[in-house]
Amino acid sequence: MVESFPHDFVLASEGRPPADVVRAALPPRFTAAPDGRPRTLRLTWLDTFDWRLHQAGLTLQHSAGSRVSDYALTSADGQQVTAPARGIRWPALAGALPPGPLRARLQPVTAIRALMPIARATATVRQMRVLNADDKTVAWLTVTGMSLAGRDGSGLASRLSVTAVRGYQVQADRIARNLSAAGGVAPAVASPLDDVLAAAGRHPGDYSSKIDVKLTAEMPARCALEEVLLRLLDTLEANVPGTIREIDTEFLHDLRVAVRRTRSAIKLCGDVLPAGVPEAFSGEFKWLGDVTTPIRDLDVYLLGYGEMAAGLLAATPAELEPFHRYLARHRETEQRELVRALRSRRFLDLVKAWRKELAAPAPRRGITAAALAADRIGRAHRKVLKRGAVITPDSPPESLHDLRKRCKELRYLLEFFASLHDPAIHQQAVRDLKGLQDCLGEYQDCQVQQHEIRMFAAQMMTQRDVPATALLAMGELASKIARRERRARREFADRFADFAAAASQRRFRALTPGAGR
Amino acid sequence: MKILATYNIKGGVGKTSTAVNIGHLAARDGLRVLLWDLDPQGAASFLLRVRPRVKGGGKALIKGRRELDAAIKGTDFDRLDLLPADFTYRNLDLILDSTKKPTERLDRLLRPLADEYDLIVLDCPPSISLLSESVLHAADILLVPLIPTTLSVRTLDQLSDFIAGFDGHKPQVLAFCSMIDRRKRLHREIAGQLPEERPDVARTVIPALSLIERMSVERAPVTAFAPRSAAARQYAALWAEVAERGL
Repeated sequence: MVESFPHDFVLASEGRPPADVVRAALPPRFTAAPDGRPRTLRLTWLDTFDWRLHQAGLTLQHSAGSRVSDYALTSADGQQVTAPARGIRWPALAGALPPGPLRARLQPVTAIRALMPIARATATVRQMRVLNADDKTVAWLTVTGMSLAGRDGSGLASRLSVTAVRGYQVQADRIARNLSAAGGVAPAVASPLDDVLAAAGRHPGDYSSKIDVKLTAEMPARCALEEVLLRLLDTLEANVPGTIREIDTEFLHDLRVAVRRTRSAIKLCGDVLPAGVPEAFSGEFKWLGDVTTPIRDLDVYLLGYGEMAAGLLAATPAELEPFHRYLARHRETEQRELVRALRSRRFLDLVKAWRKELAAPAPRRGITAAALAADRIGRAHRKVLKRGAVITPDSPPESLHDLRKRCKELRYLLEFFASLHDPAIHQQAVRDLKGLQDCLGEYQDCQVQQHEIRMFAAQMMTQRDVPATALLAMGELASKIARRERRARREFADRFADFAAAASQRRFRALTPGAGR
Repeated sequence: MKILATYNIKGGVGKTSTAVNIGHLAARDGLRVLLWDLDPQGAASFLLRVRPRVKGGGKALIKGRRELDAAIKGTDFDRLDLLPADFTYRNLDLILDSTKKPTERLDRLLRPLADEYDLIVLDCPPSISLLSESVLHAADILLVPLIPTTLSVRTLDQLSDFIAGFDGHKPQVLAFCSMIDRRKRLHREIAGQLPEERPDVARTVIPALSLIERMSVERAPVTAFAPRSAAARQYAALWAEVAERGL
């Protein structure tokens, strides 16, 4: 790893040639010498679809030229990790990189999200060495002219950067300081990636699965709801290509969440939409939710498979391997079904008609967004309290499943109308609810998984060559899941008591002024 | 991370040339290399154009990681960094002697660099001292240049015996014939026989070539300024033998 501290400048387009600018900025006894001929590089920046590297202050750049192909990961403080690039076809998980510092730095940040190209440019790079009186290189000066891949270079200014050789920071700082005072250059405000994205009409962080709409308390409820629904439709559509290409499992996850939120919004607030609209669309969104369920269930297994296999005591991970193969094969079949659905006329018609419906001008009357939010959150909250209060240790699992759904509805309502609420109270209310949701989620997931393991085992039995050891290993898996289920069931009473506590109720009352009690 | 030391009790046998060229070759092969010029004469620092000066001197370095980090200089070659020499290194024996477990001190100082470097090359001053003992304890491999004379072979035996007496970690010794003068029969004979007779002597020999001496004029590794020369090829062969032994 090389310690570096780049000082970036933008060269004025009509200014002096870079070499003259540099010469004027060098301290006495220092010289600049060109290092090789100008190189043309293809630059590709990589990040996850939800910008995890950007959020962590990291930039991953792949530079490819006639003789070089390498990755450079730069952190906000200028530290750089580099690695040679060899034959990876992006998008791919960071795990596709060979073991080394680059992979070690990336994996915890990107986790289950794939790295994919987010911007491309062609760069002409000229390098100069800055030499001291011993003819020792103390810094590198790099002049980079960039153009968007496939377009001309207009709009992208040339950049000049100063990079210290380790141990010569003082000298590099001095050169950078002199450059700052020299004419013809200005400190670069944006990074090269920001420049390229801006020229391509994008900006970092332009995708998030969060419902980041800005509602106002006085706006008509229908307008507010339509804004939320449009945002959800954007998220849904943004995730379709990645789901079809199987870039990573989170595309489908985000798509499903957008569908579930849409269904809940229609169910809980649909009465403010024009008559007939909820009925016309709720069935179609249910269909869309249903076609995505089998594959998501398999993804949950496959994502947790390594941990499950490693946790076996009696059986060995190798004995569980037929189960893994079965899941992977099964997933391929389900993926084909899903792709068919997402390319179907039915799906295309649904999103088209839904967007048209949401874009239709809404009359500016009726109840306000604040009134709708207070009323629906209040109702959903009361429902959770009422249904949770009657659950005893003897209640059937269905009562907990039902409560889980009501909790989810309450959570979605909080998210839809978050921009109307005090952020601190909102966050705490979500935290109160999340504790209960986590417990109920664990309980239901365990129940579903046990049921599915039995079902998968029965299906595997009908196929040839399933060793008994695989079924025994699956049995052990089921028993571990059963233990987790029991733990979640025992924890429920405490979690619900926390949620129903006076402090939490006060917070919900603050979020729902005027709602019926 | 591995630690390689070029060591010989005698001076002028090619330790520094070997350290600089091997360091450069390892970096060229993709390893992240730190070369520590432990010789107060600062020849390796001179060859890599770095001024032989360390803030706080040897005393500061022996204290800890932070001082060590601050003293490291990048060379003109990718992945090759240098910890320069300092004239105060002449007192390193005394400085080490004032620490607890002086023979383990160097090892303890260098091991934390494992996340930053794959190879550390120690260019040792010609002596037998507390410093060289500390180097012997830290190193994974000792690269020993030998001028092919009977006395040199005797010194190698003494070194091997000394290391054999260590408790726990012992460095692997790899000697090689250095500064071979083909005109001298004794050189030719010993350089031919030794690798045959002793597994701790490399097959590669480094001849006395004017191009190697020219390193001090070019102030660069011969493997960098004359990469296709016979001298560079011999160093590459030596590096390959070192790599074969687990580096």
